[in-house]
Amino acid sequence: MAPLMDWQAIRLSLWLASLTTLVLLILGLPLAYWLAFSRRRWKFLVEAVVAMPLVLPPTVLGFYLLLAMGPRSPLGRAWEGLFGSTLPFSFEGLLIASVLYSLPFMIQPLAAAFASVDRGLIEASWCLGVSRPGTFLRVIAPLSWAGILTGLVLSFAHTLGEFGVVLMVGGNLPGRTRTVSIAIYDQVQAMDYGPAGRTAALLLGVSFLVLAFTYALRRRQRKPWTLI
Amino acid sequence: MDAHLIAAAPDSGPYLQAAAERRFPGGATIEARFEVPRPGFSVTVLFGPSGSGKTTALRLLAGLERADRGSIQVDGTVWSDAGRHIHLPPQVRDLGFLPQAYSLFPHLSVAANLSYGLAALDARQRAARVAELLALLDLGGLGDRHPGELSGGQQQRVALGRALARKPRLLLLDEPLSALDRPSQLRLRKELRELLRALDIPTILVTHDRAEALQLGDRLVVMDQGRVCQSGGIQQVFDRPTDPAVARILGVETVVLGQVESVSEGMATLAVGPARLLGADPGNLGRLAFVCIRGEDVAVERGCGPGFGSTARNRLPARITTLHPEGSLVRIALDAGFPLESLVTRQACTDLRLTEGDQVCAILKAAAIHLIPHD
Repeated sequence: MAPLMDWQAIRLSLWLASLTTLVLLILGLPLAYWLAFSRRRWKFLVEAVVAMPLVLPPTVLGFYLLLAMGPRSPLGRAWEGLFGSTLPFSFEGLLIASVLYSLPFMIQPLAAAFASVDRGLIEASWCLGVSRPGTFLRVIAPLSWAGILTGLVLSFAHTLGEFGVVLMVGGNLPGRTRTVSIAIYDQVQAMDYGPAGRTAALLLGVSFLVLAFTYALRRRQRKPWTLI
Repeated sequence: MDAHLIAAAPDSGPYLQAAAERRFPGGATIEARFEVPRPGFSVTVLFGPSGSGKTTALRLLAGLERADRGSIQVDGTVWSDAGRHIHLPPQVRDLGFLPQAYSLFPHLSVAANLSYGLAALDARQRAARVAELLALLDLGGLGDRHPGELSGGQQQRVALGRALARKPRLLLLDEPLSALDRPSQLRLRKELRELLRALDIPTILVTHDRAEALQLGDRLVVMDQGRVCQSGGIQQVFDRPTDPAVARILGVETVVLGQVESVSEGMATLAVGPARLLGADPGNLGRLAFVCIRGEDVAVERGCGPGFGSTARNRLPARITTLHPEGSLVRIALDAGFPLESLVTRQACTDLRLTEGDQVCAILKAAAIHLIPHD
């Protein structure tokens, strides 16, 4: 009898998406701050690199990641030396790939939100003796809440829905790299339309609800801080 | 309240000494070049038309712009010295800055805005300081509001309070009243002056409003096209502008070139078009001089007979070209053979039933005619 849904794949996808979002937030805050405020002439190069996953076919990104993480690359060798296992077709490798693949979905909303904070507020904070990191925490970040929320939601949803990169880098190992999208693909290939349809409907519903909630929150006239 | 902070320092140089400039890509250069003497409280007004670099000069003092040349010293501390690669960030300059747009933190309450820079104090001291500021600035009961819920005047006072909170050594105010409506401006000018005097913190204030400069300032720094044209005591600068550009910026209504005809006993006679004007000799007149006349100093009468009962030495036949009401005053443009402006009360204008095209007599005291040599 066919199972109702591939719960193992759903759990794995949710776990992967959560970890990816967390890693992206930690990496994204400083990187987006730099992109928003740096006046380096070569900043556009970094911007282009960050945006690459938006236009590259996932297979291309996956192909290069596979090469970069392989046992003959410096990264692959260093990883193997440290942890005794290989990166490709492992959950850790999948996490690295997901972080890179969803990078623009975190960075771009963050950088746009930081850059739109009134410069006068930042300068007022400096003139009141508050350091740059302090100003980021007390002025820029609170005023960028909508952009941070958007970055979190988009990164999470995008990771949940990735397929090509997972296929290239992760393969299809149940419990380790078999995500929801791979599971659905597999079930359809096996003419197993029942579980595929139910899993797909779940993904559709969750994505819609999360995005609707986000946009509803962004539309609010009253800012969250006025509710405190 | 804050007098202990600016007790006269032992060294005898000026309190503030700025001689710094910032070059912008594209060629514009803005300088901050003036001094604020000690001892005692004073408001120094940076005055000039928009685009003259006043705000940039203020930002150089704040450390928000980095000087490419020169230095800035305040109360014995070097804030910036391009030659020695010193540039103290705004955080450590110990100043209070009131930006033109106020820039209140919209996500924080009034109380949190006021205490934003007071991290060095403990919670009890912070609360006490906030209460003190709320009382000082007449903001009682508004501590829990957010800036978006305040009137323009209240926002202005919160921004001022926030700048004062840390008891700074120098207060920088960028067009502090320009965002307010006219009646609030007039009311707050007086209050602001009284407050600044009571707090006794040396203040640099940017404005393009002549009346505001006159009412709030003790010293005047006139700026034009990025340069400081003249600085000094406010009366001195207004009464004796060093060149026609300064006179025009100060809003001296009439600035015309005249030919010096004769000089005797400290008085000079000049030909301006067909008219003859008698003015005080500044001492170094050549052939030509700019004649600067302020509208307030030009009276208008009907009929132009010899003025036996008057000490005014200049009586010029003139025709009224336009009448322009300005509040309680009327600005009269006259043709006396050269364009001349007079500022009279609306009442006087009504009493004399002055209309455009009338032939009148423009009356000027020789002492009110300021001559600037121009050869």
